[in-house]
Amino acid sequence: MTQQLQLNSKGKLKHFLSIEGLSQNLLTEILNTAESFAGTTGQPVKKVPLLRGKTIVNLFFENSTRTRTTFELAATRLSADVLNINIATSATSKGESLLDTIRNLEAMHVDMFVVRHSLSGAAHFIAQQTAPHISVINAGDGQHAHPTQAMLDMFTIRQHKKDFTHLKVAIIGDILHSRVARSQIQALNTLGAAEVRVIAPKTLLPVAVESLGVTAFHSMEEGLHDIDVIIMLRLQKERMNSALLPSESEFFKCFGLTPGKLKLAKPDAIVMHPGPINRGVEIDSSVADGPQSVILQQVSNGIAIRMAIMSMAMQQTGSPA
Amino acid sequence: MNRIVIQNGRIIDPASKTDQLGNIYIADGKIVSYGQSRDDFTADKSIDAAGQIVCPGFIDLSVRLREPGQTRKGNICSETRAAAAAGITTLCLPPDTHPVIDSPAVIEFIKDKAEQAQYPDILPIAALTQRLAGTELSNMYALKQAGCIAVSNAQNPVENLQTLRRAMEYAASHQLLLMYRAKEKNLAQGGCLHEGPVASQYGIPGIPSQAESIAVSQCLELAELTGCRIHFSQISCRASVDKINQAKRQGLDISADVAIHQLHLTEQDLIPFDSHYHVDPPFRSLSDKTALQQALREGTLSAVTSDHQPHDLDAKLGALPETEAGIAALETLLPLLLQLVRQNSLTLTDAIAAVTTGPAQILSLNKGQLKAGMDADICIFDPEAIWTVAKNNWYSRGQNTPYWGQSLTGRVTLTLQSGKIIHSLNQ
Repeated sequence: MTQQLQLNSKGKLKHFLSIEGLSQNLLTEILNTAESFAGTTGQPVKKVPLLRGKTIVNLFFENSTRTRTTFELAATRLSADVLNINIATSATSKGESLLDTIRNLEAMHVDMFVVRHSLSGAAHFIAQQTAPHISVINAGDGQHAHPTQAMLDMFTIRQHKKDFTHLKVAIIGDILHSRVARSQIQALNTLGAAEVRVIAPKTLLPVAVESLGVTAFHSMEEGLHDIDVIIMLRLQKERMNSALLPSESEFFKCFGLTPGKLKLAKPDAIVMHPGPINRGVEIDSSVADGPQSVILQQVSNGIAIRMAIMSMAMQQTGSPA
Repeated sequence: MNRIVIQNGRIIDPASKTDQLGNIYIADGKIVSYGQSRDDFTADKSIDAAGQIVCPGFIDLSVRLREPGQTRKGNICSETRAAAAAGITTLCLPPDTHPVIDSPAVIEFIKDKAEQAQYPDILPIAALTQRLAGTELSNMYALKQAGCIAVSNAQNPVENLQTLRRAMEYAASHQLLLMYRAKEKNLAQGGCLHEGPVASQYGIPGIPSQAESIAVSQCLELAELTGCRIHFSQISCRASVDKINQAKRQGLDISADVAIHQLHLTEQDLIPFDSHYHVDPPFRSLSDKTALQQALREGTLSAVTSDHQPHDLDAKLGALPETEAGIAALETLLPLLLQLVRQNSLTLTDAIAAVTTGPAQILSLNKGQLKAGMDADICIFDPEAIWTVAKNNWYSRGQNTPYWGQSLTGRVTLTLQSGKIIHSLNQ
């Protein structure tokens, strides 16, 4: 169903809502397209005219700095017109429904929605309800998916590790509430990674987590052995209030990535984090800023990946009715 | 039109273990006799039921009519009309109307409206606690005098076990049945799918089975302590079934029902983020579904309900967690029951018993069977009729069903209540 919604009749990307159901070939095509754009982002003249005349709406029902900014930069570099709407402080707070907001923006003849929402399934809902000529890109929905983040992470991994098939990847921290982790796990498994592990206390793992295609560990000592890629997740402060964890300091002691714990992984392991990072909570500053960290490359790669996905999705849509 | 004969139908009456071809004779709203044809009966109207099944009218233990209070979703007239089309002649209305059924005035209002509608009998279930808030007891004696059939706290769990205990003691004092929806509030908080692999995959907050089975255990302990007669509404998981079964064997006076869709769908069947699969309790695992089907065969569950919850379109439009739970389920009750028969999960007689004698026994009602002298509440259905769940075939105001657009087999052709035709497919 997700697959049917995301792809057009020719199997090309129409909406980008989730990694689920997308083929290895399609993910590789996204990575290759992003690579062609990665060149342009470093050039003095950064723009390409692929989406000239198109209007893209950044529809953020939840606050975000990094994701919204890189989507805006990506759209601008594709020569599209960009409208940023921060709904957290806008229409819905006046009682307008999600659907009414969408209908109103449709009436303004836009071509693409980039949606972030605090509820799982929001992007799917919008994709189902919106006019056929409009593409929807999921910029994070609830605890469900954050597929562009996962793809920029795959892009970063490929830059450093070339081939996925021998890779052992560990994702560490709050898997339960993480849309990023769910999308990363699907992407890594689709791209053929040798092993995907999650490391967290049981309180931060969803039930039946193995069914997502991972092996679960509750200690860094066991989980980090032989690992090529370490992905740390952000720990939200409010987790301490709902009896999921006793304290930040205890979490850091067990699951924080310190230089000592980093040594448990392979010597050439890379350290990733989708940001924003909590120094001293999930990661030690010396690791975050250290030689194995690729955290800032992830941010840069976010632009190329989003250019790739937006241009691919837009090629498949007709002109506005 | 006081004297009616229903001719040549296959008469199935679970109470008397009848399954035979024959006629039913009705006079002045009562059953005169059935079986052998008689020459001494002059009928004003004869109904041909050849090729069809004739059985007692269905009794549904949980039907939301949405009136008073939420008439954008449905009203007494529209939903009882749908119930008639589903072969239902008696239905129980849970107390979570607006205002709540916690005063005799609300019961009077419902009775007045029901009389105008002239469709199935409505048996109101009164609130166990005032405003269903779980703190103060409702005026159960006055509510019983006004005509409530039982008490319930609807979907709202009574969190304070001392309050629940007192409420049960008080209900028992007035010989009132407590129909209880077992749900431990904190374990269920915020969830909208079964806590399992599907919820984990889609990042949807889950409701563990234990949210139900722990509340069942607590309620069973209190039933033993207080002597209150308990009926568990809409059981959804294996663990609850096991506990109820065990308590029954120990001689506790309890019963339980299951919603029809729980016997068919599991978490694996739902379409991701499709709000029509959003129900409470949620669709659980295959193992739970199997246990529910078995419990129905073995009698641990003695009734099947539609758990009809009609909604307006807006209630189901949105990201899944913000949509309202529930299925408009009256009109799919019979075909889904018959599907269990075709799957060999249930005999036809047992399937009919689950919506006739089963619920009648739970409510101690003198209904649900074909017996001389009883009200002529009768359902006639064509077990082979294939129809599509679509607007032109649908009476409920709620179109919120995962079966929308599907073809189902088995359809009610005629419903009689006290000898009066309240639904005829051909009219």
